Amino acid sequence: MSLLQSLKARDRVFDFMATEASPVDVRHGPILYMEDVTVSFDGFKAINNLNLTIDDGELRCIIGPNGAGKTTMMDIITGKTRPTEGSVWFGSRHNLLQMNEPEIASLGIGRKFQKPTVFEALSVFDNLELAMAADKRIFPTLTARMTSEISDRIDDVLETIGLTALRFQPAGILSHGQKQWLEIGMLLMQRPRLLLVDEPVAGMTEQEMERTAELLTGLAGKQSVVVVEHDMGFVRSIARKVTVLHQGSVLAEGSMDQVSNDPKVVEVYLGSDEEESA
Amino acid sequence: MMTQATSSQFWLTRPFGERATQTFLGVLFAALLLVTVLHLAVPQGHPLHVNAYTVNLFGKYLSYALLAVAVDLVWGYLGILSLGHGAFFAIGGYAMGMYLMRQIGDRGTYGHPVLPDFMVFLNWDSLPWYWHGFDMAWFAFAMVLLAPGLLALVFGFLAFRSRVTGVYLSIITQALTFALMLAFFRNEMGFGGNNGLTDFRELLGFNLRSDATRLGLFIATGVALALGYILCRAIVTSKLGRVCVATRDAEARTRFIGYRVERFQLFVFVVSAMLAGLAGALYVPQVGIINPSEFSPLFSIEIVLWVALGGRATLYGAVIGAILVNYAKTIFTGIMPDAWLFALGALFVLVTVLLPKGVAGLLGHLKRRKEDDHPPKEAAA
Repeated sequence: MSLLQSLKARDRVFDFMATEASPVDVRHGPILYMEDVTVSFDGFKAINNLNLTIDDGELRCIIGPNGAGKTTMMDIITGKTRPTEGSVWFGSRHNLLQMNEPEIASLGIGRKFQKPTVFEALSVFDNLELAMAADKRIFPTLTARMTSEISDRIDDVLETIGLTALRFQPAGILSHGQKQWLEIGMLLMQRPRLLLVDEPVAGMTEQEMERTAELLTGLAGKQSVVVVEHDMGFVRSIARKVTVLHQGSVLAEGSMDQVSNDPKVVEVYLGSDEEESA
Repeated sequence: MMTQATSSQFWLTRPFGERATQTFLGVLFAALLLVTVLHLAVPQGHPLHVNAYTVNLFGKYLSYALLAVAVDLVWGYLGILSLGHGAFFAIGGYAMGMYLMRQIGDRGTYGHPVLPDFMVFLNWDSLPWYWHGFDMAWFAFAMVLLAPGLLALVFGFLAFRSRVTGVYLSIITQALTFALMLAFFRNEMGFGGNNGLTDFRELLGFNLRSDATRLGLFIATGVALALGYILCRAIVTSKLGRVCVATRDAEARTRFIGYRVERFQLFVFVVSAMLAGLAGALYVPQVGIINPSEFSPLFSIEIVLWVALGGRATLYGAVIGAILVNYAKTIFTGIMPDAWLFALGALFVLVTVLLPKGVAGLLGHLKRRKEDDHPPKEAAA
């Protein structure tokens, strides 16, 4: 659209005013596409011929026993680990294997780690400010000013994650569950297209879990969300589509009922996935 | 605590809005004024008179304080424990020393119009290439900042790119300053060997041996300390400063958010090295000599002790620590020179055990107790 046309279109914000959307091309369907990916550490194959496709706006749960390669898979997507073989595409345009961690992050892939790592010495507000999608080079960061636009955006996210009252407290005093939400909030500040969430409810109370389930299902649709989780009860409460990993490759894929009745899955989980959740 | 009002300002003027900075600058300028008045207006022999020797001593402390601020910037806020900041200080000092040597002209012992005495003594017939330009003040003063900055840039680039941090980085900074010390001890390096550079006469035409110049240098050092403090404060209160703290506490996480951590580390490290160089350049004309002992690993460790004692990550704590320890050093080495190192060690142990956050932590604690008694109006944010 030419500049003139964009100025005349009254139904939308001027293009040059809108924050630049992530340049990911999802016209061909999936937002994440992993094909025949293999990672071996000294001969041990942590990931073995993994094929995985995530659609735009989807909420996907990934389950699997310990050592199934869930965390390694996340490491590959975020650029921390390089696969020995295979290809990983973000949309149909970006080959993630040719990018480093910051580039992948700025492209719109956000990751929440298993153990919450927030910046404890900084306030909740500052944590969100740092995570915000912005020009992250040195001098723009040095001269950055707090505008009302930015603080409104931070307030929105504070509202979403329910930490408004604690905004000026140092993140170090937050409870475990609150830290997890703050982390999710930090991911949201980056306006990600794809959220990778590693064990969000580990160590949470029942109420915190419910709150987290609400938060994650509320995010899907706007973003694609991939949740890796051990807790079957939690997975059942949020999942629409579940992928089961086993020994580095996909064992089964489908709705929660489909996979939990799959004999291969039952075998891997020793006959009872409900016990595993305990 | 950060409020939105303070961070909406222009980054360089932001520190002026802070209570801590206002207090610091107020105390510093009051001290400068007091010493000046007591030196000039109070007659000699009066118990309150501050003599030229003491003014000179205070000037030296202030240059150490600037050095400590530089170390606190990288250690307190970025988590990089540099045990080699003495090297940047010494290089800045050597740049100043080279200028001062060239100012001697033909008044040296051997009377050579260009060559400093030690080169004549070594039978050199021309100036080494890196000594050219140091007869011009602007060039030498630029080198005071650029030479340490360049060394920090190259060293930091290699270290941070390879993600060398923590104790390994501390060890290689220590090795850096040790290697430089050995190099500068050699006569062939052209920096005067173990004697270093000395016998200075004039700085910008002012006689270095006059009391007025000493007072001027003392005030100039105080102003440099104020400016360096404001610059560091502006950095640490900016968003970049928060990125530094984030890097200090969770480096991998900061990288994941999309910051090029190694570039931020490099930037702050270079700024810190340049401030250390400036401190060295102000130190040299006040003590009248620069030699390779400034590169000694022990000195660099001592700087870190000042900061630890004063209190990390406050900047003013570094200033307090540098002045306190050096004042104590002056007194102790006067009374019983052999006991100084023991006293320093004891001081360090006591502070670590009793005041883990240093003197600044104690001040903060007292302030908070006072506030609990009389809560200030804006306490509830």
